[in-house]
Amino acid sequence: MRLIVPLRGVIQGRGGLFVGSLIPCCLFYFLQLYLKGRRPPPSDPTELPRTSSRSNLFSRGNSIGRVRVSSRALPVAKPSDSPYYIGLERVKTDPYDRITNTDGIIQLGLAESTLCFDLLQRWMSENLMDSIMQSDAGEFDISNIAMYKPFEGLLELRVAFADFMSRIMGGKVSFDPSNMVITAGGTPAIEVLAFCLADHGNAFLIPTPYYPGFERDIKFRTGVELIPVHCRSSDNFTVTVSALEQAFNQARKRGSKVSGILFSNPSNPVGNILSRETLHDILKFAQEKNIHVISDEIFADSVYGDKEFVSMAEVAYSEEFDKSRVHIIYALSKDLSIPGFRAGVIYSFHEDVVNAAKKLMRFTSVSVPVRRILISLLSDVRFIEEYMTAHRQRIRDKHIRFVEGLKQLGIPCAVSGGGLYCWVDMSSLLTSYSEKGELELFEKLLTVAKINATPGTACYCIEPGWFRCCFTALADEDIPVIMDRIRQLC
Amino acid sequence: MVSLATEKKQDLNLLSRIASGDGHGENSSYFEGWKAYEENPFHPIDRPDGVIQMGLAENQLCGDLMRKWVIEHPEASICTEQGVNQFSDIAIFQDYHGLPEFRQAVAKFMEKTRNNRVKFDPDRIVMSGGATGAHETVAFCLANPGDGFLVPTPYYPGFDRDLRWRTGVNLVPVTCHSSDGFKITVEALEDAYEKALLSNIPVKGLLMTNPSNPLGTTLDRECLKSLVNFTNEKRIHLIADEIYAATTFGQSEFISVAEVIEEIEDCNRDLIHIVYSLSKDMGLPGFRVGIIYSYNDRVVQIARKMSSFGLVSSQTQRLIAKMLSDEDFVDEFIRESKLRLAARHKELTTGLDGLGIGWLKAEAGLFLWMDLRNLLKTATFDSETELWRVIVHQVKLNVSPGGSFHCHEPGWFRVCFANMDHKTMETALERIRVFTSQLEEETKPVAAAPMMAKKKKKCWQSNLRLSFSDKRRFDDGFFSPHSPVPPSPLVRAQT
Repeated sequence: MRLIVPLRGVIQGRGGLFVGSLIPCCLFYFLQLYLKGRRPPPSDPTELPRTSSRSNLFSRGNSIGRVRVSSRALPVAKPSDSPYYIGLERVKTDPYDRITNTDGIIQLGLAESTLCFDLLQRWMSENLMDSIMQSDAGEFDISNIAMYKPFEGLLELRVAFADFMSRIMGGKVSFDPSNMVITAGGTPAIEVLAFCLADHGNAFLIPTPYYPGFERDIKFRTGVELIPVHCRSSDNFTVTVSALEQAFNQARKRGSKVSGILFSNPSNPVGNILSRETLHDILKFAQEKNIHVISDEIFADSVYGDKEFVSMAEVAYSEEFDKSRVHIIYALSKDLSIPGFRAGVIYSFHEDVVNAAKKLMRFTSVSVPVRRILISLLSDVRFIEEYMTAHRQRIRDKHIRFVEGLKQLGIPCAVSGGGLYCWVDMSSLLTSYSEKGELELFEKLLTVAKINATPGTACYCIEPGWFRCCFTALADEDIPVIMDRIRQLC
Repeated sequence: MVSLATEKKQDLNLLSRIASGDGHGENSSYFEGWKAYEENPFHPIDRPDGVIQMGLAENQLCGDLMRKWVIEHPEASICTEQGVNQFSDIAIFQDYHGLPEFRQAVAKFMEKTRNNRVKFDPDRIVMSGGATGAHETVAFCLANPGDGFLVPTPYYPGFDRDLRWRTGVNLVPVTCHSSDGFKITVEALEDAYEKALLSNIPVKGLLMTNPSNPLGTTLDRECLKSLVNFTNEKRIHLIADEIYAATTFGQSEFISVAEVIEEIEDCNRDLIHIVYSLSKDMGLPGFRVGIIYSYNDRVVQIARKMSSFGLVSSQTQRLIAKMLSDEDFVDEFIRESKLRLAARHKELTTGLDGLGIGWLKAEAGLFLWMDLRNLLKTATFDSETELWRVIVHQVKLNVSPGGSFHCHEPGWFRVCFANMDHKTMETALERIRVFTSQLEEETKPVAAAPMMAKKKKKCWQSNLRLSFSDKRRFDDGFFSPHSPVPPSPLVRAQT
């Protein structure tokens, strides 16, 4: 309007009609010029960038010439920046060998045990192929190992596992084979359980510090988030209800739906054994919030302290709780030192979870020859009792040696009673009491001391300076070597 | 104390959609066939009127050769006296790269089954929990929830579950017609592609099975080239399921996509992926050896990390490495397997020819695509289901109806023949003969009908007597990977 009113004055003057039509035309012309100048030049149709070809219309973000993997797979492709994996890779480049490579990097970052291989080897050679090949009639029958069998495991195998688990947990709880699903290892067990209990975008509360592998196991494909519940050295890193409450409420404020609590017991990386009271509190909390409880008990037999291991299954049996929210993960990788066999367990009190997990076993079932060996092995009660006694004693001895060695250097460890590692407080060696200081120490340990220990940062520990050191793949003579190397940094 | 009613209400909210939904596919009516088999499985002596399993594509024809090799090579297993010295190294091994000797042996075996016309790089071999796990992992790698894969019909029903359940990916059928032998045409591909776009499904790949399940046909070079060209042009992935590669017999020759891409200039190899397994070619489904072979470095990297969810057990890797490195054994095994498949195929087709029953000409796979269109009352899938029910419950053969494979046309049935011995095949053929002659009778005057009805009744009423055996088929363990039916407690009583 403002433009038109002054124009009236011009139009009403001499030559008004001519000027009155000329000026708007000129203005319009200049406007068009201006807009054209802002527009990008039209491209030659023969050079249309591929992103505008129809096949890519729906493939958002596809760049010229590159083939995309799915956006959910992309983060998986990135090399991990977690010190947990970095350390493992570095050892591969220069692995210590007490004969051929005495200057190599000593592996303290992998929770594996070689302490009882002699017993296992002896059992294997004495029990030969009977366990793999023979049918009940005593004939060799290839179909016993080669053909399809139920993906979730023969009843026989589940019975053997149930009995074994009960035995290693002190015989105080019995496991029902019909609540059990056998998986190809602990890794798929936790993933399948996550798929059953939570939708994409939901979350699990998880006390810190926690096993770095959960980041992969839970997050790679399920889309479930992990919400840390921070624990402190003052509580010996034991989770408290107040911490759980706080984390739960914060999650709710952010709009995250919490589906469950996931924790390991004996815990990894700290190695502490949760008391009956703590387990009770966790279950009570879960009941109040109507969420699941997943107890990863993969180190149940790797106990060496005086504290008694109590399974969540035992606590769940107490009447006041709705058992159907309790689920347990187990595997033979740690206690029986046979991670290569790939055998794990999902144990759930919830019938629908068991049914769903069974159906998912087609993606990850135990190879049949392995099943047959395990049926024999786990059913051999005499051997299992012998193994348990030796295993616990040997871990205890090694633990004492290792912790004593560190004590001599003035380096304390958290109180622990289980697991294949100890949780070491190296804060006295930090140049600065911070995550940065811790990562610098991690690097020094790798490059100067040539030791791979997992820093607390990798385990989401809130206090800097803590390192997980696995000692069950060490020979006694390796321990002084390690202590000497650490002494260099003191 | 939480009240029962509240508990139930709470219960409903506690499971994920994946767990509480139908993605597992086991509520399909087609499981009726499995159930019928499980409730009354055939045994030549103990249960001669039982249902014969012709719905499971298993290769059991060369079990004797496998047995012989395993007995003669105890050092291949770490659980024998001869092999136990390797125990500690192998039992502790859980690196997702897999044992190098395993990957090398599998690569060599894959070359052999393609007549050494193409080379495979062991570093591109990624393990998975059977071909089932392989397909799912590939879907996770290449597609987001809501994306789609084109799949030519008819296709293996397991894809509906394996590719969709946890991944959220859609399958878009590419219709192939019996009129041209179910060939995959570019027109059909384009058509399906357009339909997907119109339904707002971003197409990320084309999945094809070659040799085909359920057809048993192999793709010729021209067709393969056209598929590669199509996917290249659309810049979508090509996933070639080649798990039946070594099951070709007779004149037909298997050509792998790996060969064809060598012949195409400007082929974008980042789009090419092969799914393989030892379950069919070697008859070792229980070993759970699935393989992803991708020409895309990034996919190899990602799939390898995901293989932790379904690693092949290290002792299985070692056994397979030793077995597949024994070239004489492998050559003999493949040769014999083809001969026996050919013989069994001939037995079945000769029998069907004699009865005037048609079948699709094919020389691969562990099954036959049988044509019963002329036995349908009407050319509808309802009619096909009706006929199928009669075959399952009356003729007592668990065959798989074409509808379950998303066949465009009713009346086709997949019949597996490599999971049984010769006598069982004879029995199956005899039953088909009886059935077809009964059908002929039915078209005769009504006077014959009461006798027919009586015969039928008798058929249904037989087999109330339960018999138990300690043969492997009857321990609670033996049932198919597809069956949702839990074992009957009665069957366990014997053991």
